[in-house]
Amino acid sequence: MSKKFPEGANPMNTKCSRWKTILTCAFLLIAIALCDVRSASALPAGKVMAIPAFARKYGLPCSACHTAWPELNNFGQVFRDNGYQLMNDRDSPIWQNPSYFPISFRITPSWHRETTTNQAFDTGNGTFTQAGFDLSGMDLWSAGTIYKNISFVLLPSSDPTAVWHFEAAFIRFDNLKGSPWLNLRFGRFEMDNMISEKRFLFLSDNGGLYQIYHFNVPGSTNNFGYGDNQIGVELAGHSANSYTRYSVAVLSSNEGGVNFTTDVVPGAPPSNRSYDVNLAFSQAFNAPGPPGESGFGQERIGAFAYIGQRPTSYLTEGGAPLVGIDNKPFYRVGFAADLSYKNLELLPLFMYGHDNPYLGTLVPSTQALPLGAEAPTFYGGFLEAHYYFNPQNVALARFEQINVGQQAFNNLGDGSGSNGNITALTFGYRWYPIMFSRGGLALDAEFSRVRTIGQEPLGGISTGTVADPTAATWSNSIYLGFDFDF
Amino acid sequence: MTLKKFAVTFALGSVVLLTAGATASTAQSHVNSPDPLLGAPSVASETSNINGITGHAESGKHLYRRFCIGCHGPDGNGQGMNAPWIDPQPRDFTEATFKCRSTPTGTLPTDEDLYNAVTRGFVTTAMPSWRPLSPQQRADLVAFIKTWSPRWAKEKPGASLNIPPETPITIESILHGRELYQKLECWKCHGPEGHADGPSAATLTDSKGNPIKPFNFSTGERFMCGDTNRDLYRIFMTGLDGSPMPSFADVIQPNDAWDLVHFLRTLQVALPNQELTLWQSYRAAHGKDLKPIGPDAAGGAQ
Repeated sequence: MSKKFPEGANPMNTKCSRWKTILTCAFLLIAIALCDVRSASALPAGKVMAIPAFARKYGLPCSACHTAWPELNNFGQVFRDNGYQLMNDRDSPIWQNPSYFPISFRITPSWHRETTTNQAFDTGNGTFTQAGFDLSGMDLWSAGTIYKNISFVLLPSSDPTAVWHFEAAFIRFDNLKGSPWLNLRFGRFEMDNMISEKRFLFLSDNGGLYQIYHFNVPGSTNNFGYGDNQIGVELAGHSANSYTRYSVAVLSSNEGGVNFTTDVVPGAPPSNRSYDVNLAFSQAFNAPGPPGESGFGQERIGAFAYIGQRPTSYLTEGGAPLVGIDNKPFYRVGFAADLSYKNLELLPLFMYGHDNPYLGTLVPSTQALPLGAEAPTFYGGFLEAHYYFNPQNVALARFEQINVGQQAFNNLGDGSGSNGNITALTFGYRWYPIMFSRGGLALDAEFSRVRTIGQEPLGGISTGTVADPTAATWSNSIYLGFDFDF
Repeated sequence: MTLKKFAVTFALGSVVLLTAGATASTAQSHVNSPDPLLGAPSVASETSNINGITGHAESGKHLYRRFCIGCHGPDGNGQGMNAPWIDPQPRDFTEATFKCRSTPTGTLPTDEDLYNAVTRGFVTTAMPSWRPLSPQQRADLVAFIKTWSPRWAKEKPGASLNIPPETPITIESILHGRELYQKLECWKCHGPEGHADGPSAATLTDSKGNPIKPFNFSTGERFMCGDTNRDLYRIFMTGLDGSPMPSFADVIQPNDAWDLVHFLRTLQVALPNQELTLWQSYRAAHGKDLKPIGPDAAGGAQ
């Protein structure tokens, strides 16, 4: 037995880990007790970016690249920025054993309970509750290098009923002209979000999304979600250690849709013919600690801006929309940080959103705006905290707040302007009993509670109609899942 | 639920999390503490010093667990769970034998040597560059690596090799280096043309008995211990401990060593360099006068 690591490489059998299992269960019980729970819907698919295929290729444990998978640490970020290369002259697949194939699977069997208040039923108003065992969608990851400095990702992803789409598919030309500052990516991909929703640690219906990444002012026709994968081309670069990073992306104005539509599923509305731009920049630095100690860790701050367009009407034939026209602009700007203090990681983000009045009023831009119409705006963000007891145990908490700054018309709900405001709180705990280079298993326990004024929640379950549009809707999730990939 | 109740929920949850964190941290520290009954060295007092940065083994221990344990193992002996699939095998820290050093063969490396190795990684192996870690983190890892062997408590690192300024790159220097390549029998492992196909190449093993290949100069790959001429000088003057590559510090003089460096560069035909350009033009004019390197050139390569 190792003297310094009595638990070996895998501390699952230690007194400490047993204690943490008890903690996990206790945490769940507390969550249940605090919540007037009663409801279940399908988990969003395509959340997964932990890739044991890379661990198998390089023989590294998950924790080398992930703070807790699927979230990347800086080493993983550098690896990703280098086009999935360690730059050790063995990255090209020509060096791999011919039997190696870069594919990973991930799925999460779970039990969860969802409940949402203020719902309208045929039989009257009340609370919608559902609970039971469930499955997440499945990701079938393939990623790696086609040749030195040419990398790729192909991610077919299914929902829980096995309806597939391409969550991500791109090719990337890395280190152009021998410089890490020039990398070109082409295809469908997650934008260079400093705080990634695709690689975060939450899975529940309400907690499994950043509310602000999908928020639009109620009534707006804008379908943009900052957390959604987009389709286009990206020029990105980074310093050798990825402390400095930038990204400039030109994207179709169609929310990542394929086949000239605005989604990746059949039957989606047609897209327009314009392009959006996303800009992202971040800078990391090492925070020194008190004298005699080893410092606080790496701190990163960043800013982003998305400037886009959406149609306000459609060219039609026989009444059927063919292509979006009469575009009007919108933008999202914000800043974020990734702050470390020893084992504690804090992820704050602030975003401000602004839509053209035409997008908020459902009026074609060829017509005059209705009297009193305003440009819809919102602002808000979140503060997320991770406490890493060790690479295999992490406690999570997140608080989110979104306020509508300006309705298109001040006549929604009770007229107070708060209609659509969201307050969300999520606690979670992830325990990784298996975290090897051949596969990973995590026990994920979460409790999430979301309050939405006058609107249906963005996550969770709902009947589709709120009973009282002036009242708050509370949506709760309790979640326990076995998150595994191999 | 009212907003007040919501706030209470948030506060209560935070207290639960923080309490759990504090308690679990204490428990974790306990689990990872060395058992004094087993006589394991304490890591708390071990430090490293690299260019004004003090590394702490206690911090390095957590980093080792996150980044290194999979290959180098929980005992530091290179027998991590991934080791069976890794070639060459991960370093056994319990032996305190390191290839890339600035110190004489058989001595411990300096902290800076270990730091440079962690920073640079080893090309063509599973050991990546850990430059993405902060300098402090790398220094912490060095401090922790030094806890695996009692040699660090008993011995001091050797004196760093003094590398004199590089001599001019001339054809005479290259030709003399070629003579040394023949005379010192470098070709027996590295091959007459540096293709790693010398007569002894197939028989080489490291200090653990694992097969090991000599460096193939012709591929243009970087050297494992750095890619400058100074690095190359250092490699054969200190040797690569744990491998069949010996130290030539007692065999050749500094000026001769630079000549050998200049010739070795000419073997890197896939890597454009000044020595190669000079050599190729000389060889085009005088190639027929050159004696081949190898067993048939006992009288000298030139």
